[in-house]
Amino acid sequence: MISATGSAPWDLFGYFADHRAEVLRLLWYHVWLSVLPVVLGLALSVPLGYLSRRYRWVYPPVVSVTGLLYTIPSLALFLLLPTLLGTRILDPVNVVIALTVYTVALLVRVVADGLAAVPEDVTAAATAMGLTRFQRLRKVELPLAVPVIAAGLRVATVANVSLVAIAGTIGIPELGQLFVTGFQLSVNGPYYPPIVLGIVLCVALALVLDALIVLGTRLSTPWRQVEAAR
Amino acid sequence: MTGNVFVWLNDPLNWTGTRFQAGIIDQIGAHLWYTVIALVISGVIGFPLGLFIGHTGRGTWLVSVANGLRALPTIGLLILLYVMVSPLISGRGDAVYLVPTEIVLVLLALPAILANTYAGVRNVEPAVRDAARGMGMTDRQVLWQVELPNAMPLVFSGVRSAALQVIATATIAAYVGLEGLGRFVYDGLASRDFAQMAGGAVLVAALALVVDLVLALVQRYSVSRGVTGRFSRRAVHSDSREATITELEAAEELSSP
Repeated sequence: MISATGSAPWDLFGYFADHRAEVLRLLWYHVWLSVLPVVLGLALSVPLGYLSRRYRWVYPPVVSVTGLLYTIPSLALFLLLPTLLGTRILDPVNVVIALTVYTVALLVRVVADGLAAVPEDVTAAATAMGLTRFQRLRKVELPLAVPVIAAGLRVATVANVSLVAIAGTIGIPELGQLFVTGFQLSVNGPYYPPIVLGIVLCVALALVLDALIVLGTRLSTPWRQVEAAR
Repeated sequence: MTGNVFVWLNDPLNWTGTRFQAGIIDQIGAHLWYTVIALVISGVIGFPLGLFIGHTGRGTWLVSVANGLRALPTIGLLILLYVMVSPLISGRGDAVYLVPTEIVLVLLALPAILANTYAGVRNVEPAVRDAARGMGMTDRQVLWQVELPNAMPLVFSGVRSAALQVIATATIAAYVGLEGLGRFVYDGLASRDFAQMAGGAVLVAALALVVDLVLALVQRYSVSRGVTGRFSRRAVHSDSREATITELEAAEELSSP
């Protein structure tokens, strides 16, 4: 893996040129491992959040259990899931499940609180217009809760990008492997390029995903622009 | 495999350690020690700074900068600093690992404590602040007797969130060579001793849960019940997750004019 270019931090471009295929492959894995848990987590949190809003007694246990799961450090969860689920130790599936757990833990509360923040007269008006409970959720309550849910999504996504990299230290391929490579090549003095390249790509990925969510929120809540322009 | 973990955790030699390997008790102590150092340093910097920025409304860009740090991958930062700092430190002991690790841990804990202290003071209802002033309180009294007590729930969720992140990252620091519970995880992984690896993971998870529980208890008995409404019907429930959301809200509030 050692490259012909120098070992200074700004040699990251040379390093990238030399290992283009490998780095892009790791980046691609990293994208998948960060995005998939957010999508799965959102799909699970919306019904769970709705249930805890609709039935009062569901809320406290859901909040406590997810809070407990949120407390477990990621490295521990990556390694304990195989024991609990019978998956292989270095299977990327463990990372996906672990990060889905964190995403759900964060989003359930956000969804429940976001739905609770919908003004009562709005839901009353929707009911009076003849909307069924499901229509009201889909057409009125969820759209109004989008900004709140999106704020939670942004936090979860940015955190995931950083957490995925940790799995690199236990041998799962993604951008974290660049840090491992840099660490191993630094025995005789610092070898910066892969480390700096990894950090730059991680931050760039986090910023791009964050911007995508902001854009998606803006497109799905057109009334906010109208309100702002008024 | 589950059985092996219990065997490993049940072996007294693993707890007391041998001449060649530190025991679980020592590693828990080391792990807590690294955590306390990081929390104290970030608390000493972040808490007064958060109070000042929240109270005066000056220097809010600092909160934004602290929040921007969140996008950095911790493990990358850890390895970068280790590679950078370790050649500069000579001598015995674990200072070579400890110094870069603590820098990263403080960088992690600081945003959580700073942003939540700031948001806590900021979120005090203006009417409450006005009432305090109307009663003739000085600026200092408003801060210490009104804003701080009201900010306590958020301050605590910031500290709890910081503590969890620090414990989690101190585990990863074993990858570059630091002691602590992460030692078992990475040593077990390297020697394919999966009982030791999973045992280390169980201990890390347990340590995180216990520390969070202790902080939750401290929070319960040190936050005024007038603020939490602990004895009223609708109690305000706050935990470490609140910190992450608050940080983002604070950042958004700052970025939008």
